Amino acid sequence: MTEEPREFNAASFYAYLKEGQFMGVRCRSCGKLSAEARPMCPACHSREVEWFRFSGQGQLSAFTCISVVPAALAEKGYGRNNPYCSGIVTLAEGPRISARILGVDAASPQTIATGMNLALALEDLDEDKPALAFGPA
Amino acid sequence: MATSLTSAKRRQLGRPVSIVGAGMSRFGAFRDKTSRDLFVEAFQDLLEHLDQGIDVADIECGYIGNYSADLFEGQGHTAPILADWLGMTPTPVTRIENACASSGSALREGVMAIASGMYDVVLVGGVEKMTNLPTEGVTDVLASAADGLYEVPAGLTFPGIYGALAKAHMDRYETNLSHLLKVGIKNHNNGALNPKAQFNASLRDMLERRKARAEQQGGPVPDWRDEMDFLNDARANPWIAWPLRLYDCAPITDGASCVLLVAAEIAANFTDKPVHIAGTGQASGRPLHDAEELTSLSAAREAAAQAYAMAGVAPQDIQVAEVHDCFTIAEIIATEDLGFFEPGAGPRAVDEGRTALHGDRPINTSGGLKAKGHPVGASGVAQVIETFHQLRGEAGPRQVPNPNLELGLTHNVGGTGGTCVVNILRRG
Repeated sequence: MTEEPREFNAASFYAYLKEGQFMGVRCRSCGKLSAEARPMCPACHSREVEWFRFSGQGQLSAFTCISVVPAALAEKGYGRNNPYCSGIVTLAEGPRISARILGVDAASPQTIATGMNLALALEDLDEDKPALAFGPA
Repeated sequence: MATSLTSAKRRQLGRPVSIVGAGMSRFGAFRDKTSRDLFVEAFQDLLEHLDQGIDVADIECGYIGNYSADLFEGQGHTAPILADWLGMTPTPVTRIENACASSGSALREGVMAIASGMYDVVLVGGVEKMTNLPTEGVTDVLASAADGLYEVPAGLTFPGIYGALAKAHMDRYETNLSHLLKVGIKNHNNGALNPKAQFNASLRDMLERRKARAEQQGGPVPDWRDEMDFLNDARANPWIAWPLRLYDCAPITDGASCVLLVAAEIAANFTDKPVHIAGTGQASGRPLHDAEELTSLSAAREAAAQAYAMAGVAPQDIQVAEVHDCFTIAEIIATEDLGFFEPGAGPRAVDEGRTALHGDRPINTSGGLKAKGHPVGASGVAQVIETFHQLRGEAGPRQVPNPNLELGLTHNVGGTGGTCVVNILRRG
């Protein structure tokens, strides 16, 4: 008996993440990879997409250290005296994605370098509000 | 590959459209005013300043930009309420939502409604009442203009995404923190000349006032020597989303704006000094992580290419411009995306004073979103209003010193580049 394929949407994306897997999609027609779980290829409009497991390796392409924080992160203790880092990660397979950047000193942004190697970091995943996160490789 | 500014298909309006009047509320924080009060104030300003007046019953249609009265005020379906309070019922009025480009898009809808031949006289405008919520609440509402599934969970706020853009620009070009601060100083200098601006004061005035207040209260008086000194003081100018600080961000603002659009053939019934829509463009863009480049907004380049093609002009023909400086880095990137300066040359242009009121390429003479204020749904039309006044030679102390002023441009961005509207205006 084969497992019913999961629907291509954010619910499945975050369910996979909670299982420790970073799953995006690949277009069977043109091969385009997307780090987001899209039901249709935005490049060729094919609906023939399949799940693709990203290795979780990547590089930091841009980042910011946020001191005025949204309510969801204020609840976790972040704020003016405890900023957090978010960034744009270029994945080893090519696509980019937004993610939390953990294991860096967000209070000293000059110690964080774009280009640094990153790896998926799901140890602190919030069960209710799961978020993609990376840390220094 | 970034969009070429000369590659867009040349589209034309079905018939020419003119702006014949403009009205703006005061921009600022007004505790007891709601959206409808602000919009009525802007509309009254329009009626008072319309050269040859109008019977409100002659307005055939309206488009009002508003980002989120729902979340800011708990009020949805705002357009008919505004129509009622303007005494315009049963005229059809539609709310347009494209985040901070809401009224830029509303203006385009009005232009197309007239160009189609269906209407001759259309009111377009925008309004936002933001200051009911604390800063944290506003941060959450503005973040909802980003991708709620893949950007917001990553902790990215609205300043956060522009912070990442700023960092990418700094990595790629010679851009530094001082360039950002200089944009703010320039825009506050212009805002000091704009009586409707939220910050109707230069940063020099603001720091001197703070020193005077400290002295009056007998507290320690800060020893800021100049604006840069003030802006580099972490207590006066704290980090919001590194590398952006408080004074790199447009403020939280209440305000409204509106203009009257008419078919060009009847513009003379309203004024001897109409301003024509020479070109208009609008484009959509993807979240920053899916963008072609991390140092440019593709929607801005595409919208600009469309507007230049329709107007039949090039970037170097534009004599004055209002660009979407929701953050200081956004103004620098805008001047590059619009083709005023080469990619990466924006910071040097700021250093050389080229974008100042008396420079060769005046940008944000109104004070920009930074000093004039940024009631998000009202900003796109407020940019058009400043350009309208500049082209008519009625911008008072902030009038650009160019006796042959003919072409102005507005650049209005929604969210972090999901929407961009560019308009080119020509003096009639």
